[in-house]
Formats: sequence, C-alpha cells, structure tokens
Amino acid sequence: MWKTVVRRLIIMIPQIILLSMLVFTVAHFMPGDPFTGIIDPNVDAARLEELRRAAGYYDPLHVQYFRWVGNALQGDFGRSFAQKVPVTTLIGARAMNSIRLGIVSTVFTYAIALPFGMLSGRYNNSWFDRFVMIYNYVSYAIPTFVLALLFIYIFGYQLQWFPTRGSASPVIPKGTAPYYWDMFYRLLLPGFTAGILGTATTTQTLRNEVIDAKTQDYVRTARSKGVPENVIYNKHIFRNAFLPIASSIGFIFSGLLNGSVFIERIFAFNGMGDLFITSITSRDYSVVITLVLFYGVISIIGSLVSDIVLSLVDPRIRIE
Amino acid sequence: MATDNTLIEVNNLNVGFRFGDEYYNAVEDVSISLAKNEILAIVGESGCGKSTLATAIIGLHDPHNTRIEGEILYNGLDLTKLNEKLYNRLRGNDISMIFQDPLGSLNPVMTIYKQIEESLIYHTKLNDKERYDRVLELLNQVGIPKPERVMKQYPHELSGGMRQRVVIAIALANKPPVIIADEPTTALDVTIQAQILDLMKDIQEETESGIILITHDLGVVAETADRVAVMYAGQIVEEAPVDVLFTDPKHPYTRSLLNSIPNELHEDGEELHVIQGTVPSLQNLPRKGDRFRDRIPWIPDEAFDEDPILHEIAPGHKVRGNSWKYFHFEGEEME
Ligand SMILES: Nc1ncnc2c1ncn2[C@@H]1O[C@H](COP(=O)(O)OP(=O)(O)OP(=O)(O)O)[C@@H](O)[C@H]1O
Ligand SMILES: [Mg+2]
Repeated sequence: MWKTVVRRLIIMIPQIILLSMLVFTVAHFMPGDPFTGIIDPNVDAARLEELRRAAGYYDPLHVQYFRWVGNALQGDFGRSFAQKVPVTTLIGARAMNSIRLGIVSTVFTYAIALPFGMLSGRYNNSWFDRFVMIYNYVSYAIPTFVLALLFIYIFGYQLQWFPTRGSASPVIPKGTAPYYWDMFYRLLLPGFTAGILGTATTTQTLRNEVIDAKTQDYVRTARSKGVPENVIYNKHIFRNAFLPIASSIGFIFSGLLNGSVFIERIFAFNGMGDLFITSITSRDYSVVITLVLFYGVISIIGSLVSDIVLSLVDPRIRIE
Repeated sequence: MATDNTLIEVNNLNVGFRFGDEYYNAVEDVSISLAKNEILAIVGESGCGKSTLATAIIGLHDPHNTRIEGEILYNGLDLTKLNEKLYNRLRGNDISMIFQDPLGSLNPVMTIYKQIEESLIYHTKLNDKERYDRVLELLNQVGIPKPERVMKQYPHELSGGMRQRVVIAIALANKPPVIIADEPTTALDVTIQAQILDLMKDIQEETESGIILITHDLGVVAETADRVAVMYAGQIVEEAPVDVLFTDPKHPYTRSLLNSIPNELHEDGEELHVIQGTVPSLQNLPRKGDRFRDRIPWIPDEAFDEDPILHEIAPGHKVRGNSWKYFHFEGEEME
C-alpha cells in the first residue's frame, strides 16, 4: 500500500515539471508583457524597452523559465494586469470557495449516483430502472445553464428557499457562526446543480457493473452460504461494482472543479471558475496562466487520489 | 426407496428455463435420492442438465426465468415450496455447494478469512474468537499450510488447488449433512484433482455427510462414488451401484459412454466407440420417445419404446426404456 503511494508520488514529479513547461511555453507566446496594463500609456517607448530589459524580458528562454519556476515555488505568480494585485491574493480565497463547492457537489453526485446505480442494476428492467435511464439521459444532455437557471427559478424565486447569488453574505459579520452557516447554505443550490450534472456517468457505470457482477460465480457462492439478498448486494456486489468508480473518484473531483466554471458564473459564486472567465474576457493573462497551471496540478493530484483509492479497494492492485 | 437414512429425495422433478413465453425443461422427470454417508455421482455429457439439477436442489435458480415442478424433499420438507428466507437458513447450513471454478467462486476483494467466516455468521451464534478458531480448524482440515497467513490473503494470491480447498472449507463450515459438488476438480490439473478427491472422501468419512458429486469424468466416478446416476438430455437413463455400473452397464448411452473412454477395459484391443452427434439444445430436444435414439441410428425402430420409463431390473439398478435389450455397437452383432 505505502509502496504504491510513494511510487505514485514519484511519478507525479515529472508530470508536474512537464506541465509547468507547457504552461510556460503557452504563456510565453501570449500577447503582452509584464508591463502591459500597469504602465501609463504615455511613457515613451525607449523607457519601456529599458524597463523590459531590466525585468529580464530578453533573457534566454531557459533563464526565464527557471526564474518563473523559482518565483512560483515561492508563491509569486506575478500580478494581475486587470486588478493590480498579486495573482496569489486574487486566487487564494476563491480557490477555497471552489474547493468547498467541489466537495459539496461531489457529495451530492454520490448521494444520488450510488443508490440510483445500485438499485437500477439490482432491479434492472423494472420501472425504477427505466426511470433512472431517463434521468441519466436528461441529466447528461441538459446544458448546465438551463438546469442552473431552472433551479434558480424554482428554488430561488418561486420557493425562496435559497439565495441565488454570491458565496457569502455581505451583511453578516465575518468569522461568526451564522456567517459560516450562511456560507454553507449558499453552497447547497450551486452544489446540488453541479452534483446532478455529474451523476450520469457514475450511475450508468455502477448500474452496468452491478448487472455484470450479479451473475458472477462468487455471488452464487455467497448465496449458497445462505447470505441474505441485501447483504449480497450491499457487500459482495457493491464492493466489486464500485472498483471502476473508485478509480475515477479523483477525476470526478477535478472534473467538477473544472466543470463548475459555468455554475460559478451563473450563481455569481466567487470562485476560481468565475475568476477564470473574468480574466479571459479581460485578457488578464497572468491570472489565466496561473489558473491553467492550478487546474493542471489538480488533475494530476486527482489521478493520484484515484490510484490510491483504487489500491485501497482492490487487493489485486496492492500486490504489484 | 426412502429409508431413515435418506437425506434428499427428489421426485419427478422438472426444471424448465424460459425462452420468450415458453418453458423448456432442462431436467425432466428426475427422481433420485441421497442417503447419509453416501457419495452419489451424477454423470453425463456437457449440457445434459447436471448443474441445473444441482442448482434446483440448493434453490438458486432465478425464479423469474425458471419453472420448477415436482418435489425435492429434505427431511420430509419440500424445498420447492420454501420462501427465500427459509431457504437461506438451509443453504450453507444443511446443504452446501462446491462449484467448478475455484477462482471465480471466491470474491476477489474479500479475504479468505471473511469468506469462510461468512458461513458461520449467518448460521451460528459463535462470537468473534470462536469463529476465528473454527475458521482455523477448517483451514487445517482441508489441508492448507500456514493457515494463519492464508486467512489474511486474497483469492488471487493462492493457487488453484488452494483456492478449491478454501471453497471446500466454506462448504464444510457448518458441517452440512448434504454437500453438492459440481465438477469440483475439472478446472484443476491432474495431481491436484487426485488430492482434492482424496480430501473429499476423507471429509465424507469424517462427517458422514451425503455428497452429490457431479462430473463427466468416469475415472473420478469409479474412484469415489458409491452409486451412479447417468443423465442424458435432462433425464436419468440408468442408475446403479458403482461396481454394477462399471461391470454390467445396460443403457445404450451408458455403454457408449463407458466405451468411449480409453482405459484398462479396452486393453485387449477392443474397439473404442465414439458416440456420434451431440446433445441437442434445449429447444430442439425431442420431447417424445427415446431421446438417445437419434444417436444410435443402426438400432431398429422396434427397439424403442413410445414412452421410455425407468425400470428396476435388479435391486438398486434402474434403466430407462427397453432399447438396451436390443442394443449393440455399430458394426458388431448382438451378443
Ligand atoms: N439459466 C439458463 N437459462 C437457459 N438455459 C439454461 C440455463 N442454464 C442451463 N441452461 C441449458 O440447460 C441445459 C443443461 O445445462 P446444465 O448447465 O445443467 O448442463 P451440465 O450438465 O451441467 O453441463 P456441463 O457439464 O457443461 O456443466 C443446457 O442446454 C443449457 O444450455
Ligand atoms: Mg454444469
């Protein structure tokens, strides 16, 4: 088990180096330079050249790369052109919001997908199974903004159960218990929306795995021991059917984080996805680059998490 | 037929599988009994209904696609009438089953310990410590070396022979009076096969249970069984004590079967007769007349009964129909 983890951690290093090179190259060919936007347009061209030279703009590529890596390791990703603050300041708080949203929507996804997948697989071809199939098609096909607007309309305006905008209340004093409760409460509607959108694949995979597993010989053995039917499903079949799901757990998390870009936009939720769109539209390249790097790292960590989870649940992988 | 020692008595059992709206019997009019302390072998070609019969006895057919008619009596209790809950009390406790493929029969993500312990959990009130001791005892009984270590392992870490020993340990956990072994050695190599069969014989002697041993290997039958039932196309065509069956087989199918294996019986250069054709599929099975008729076309029509039934031709020796009286191998004369 620990061997697997350590080996996977070691594999991560070249992945991250490769990612950083890629991101750096893309950044290098982006229009603009470190002074775009922060300099008074009236400064004359010769002076600008001088500043660029001083900032290392004409250094060889590898020198620039290592300087960039060095800064990044110290948490310095440059400044936002548009908002005139360090990129890290801009991302910091929003990253936490997005991660919270990612967690809440993942919880919703599994709370829906696991029972749906298990039951529709167990009672396949029943009316419930057909209902789940239809649900899957709909939740898979429906565009994010349609579902989000629908929920905002129903739960926000009609029923008035949830606030429809923002990640925190502007009026409740920060740091108090009601403030955190309010923050959590505001996660529910966008989290539920994103959660539903993520269920189709997991439900479908689990259903097919259950249908496949229930005809396996080990299930027959369990039955011949006199194990009750519910235990057969919840223990023997579930643990086996869950394996492919477990292997995608990390990806689902990073996928939700990426996928919540639109959700955050629609719910005016102060997260990274929202920031991503704002900075692309305002051509705030230093922010965009940092976010790309960030999402890349999250994907790599996601696959690490998947591998670890899989090695936890599948003993056949542990051994190698 | 039924004596005080009778464990299982199957009477006129039909087991049909549904194809569309029709049921087709894979087991038809089977009557058989198993006594305490006895190994009953059921032999026959692939597809003749051996597993279907065994699965019916332990009640594991899918009720939606299977139709079961007739009786399966266990201690006088008709198992075909039991609900799932009651059947579960019996399965693993009174009747247990050993399956063919020892890798597939074990759950790949559960430890050996958990899988054996599970039998005990649902049928005994043993506490953790007692269950541990019992599992250890079982592993020793089935001849697994280093049982403490094996308990913590997963199926893929064991060899085929070891896995089959685990499967046997699971079946034995609650000392069931009836054990059904469906081709327990087919997936194993020859030396391991012999070991597993020896183990099963030892266990049978120790526990005095009755074993239904399903196989298509007549060598296995000769070595282990007390009594043999030969199945063809869903029916029992001959039933006899093992020595009688090998020395005085009657039914054309039994004789063909015995004649098709090269063994010491044929040392004198007697010709081997391979049975022609194959067992028809369920939907194409002739439902009237002698089912084996098509495969011995050189026997004249008058030899076959309209509706062949099992006759007891000597105590404990039953044969279906009368065609056996006219049977000879192709190219040979009647004796
Ligand atoms: N669940 C099922 N649904 C439909 N047909 C089935 C089913 N199980 C078995 N059959 C058919 O019933 C017949 C008997 O099958 P069964 O498995 O009992 O044979 P068997 O004697 O055990 O053969 P083998 O030696 O290959 O294990 C075969 O024609 C088979 O195709
Ligand atoms: Mg079979």
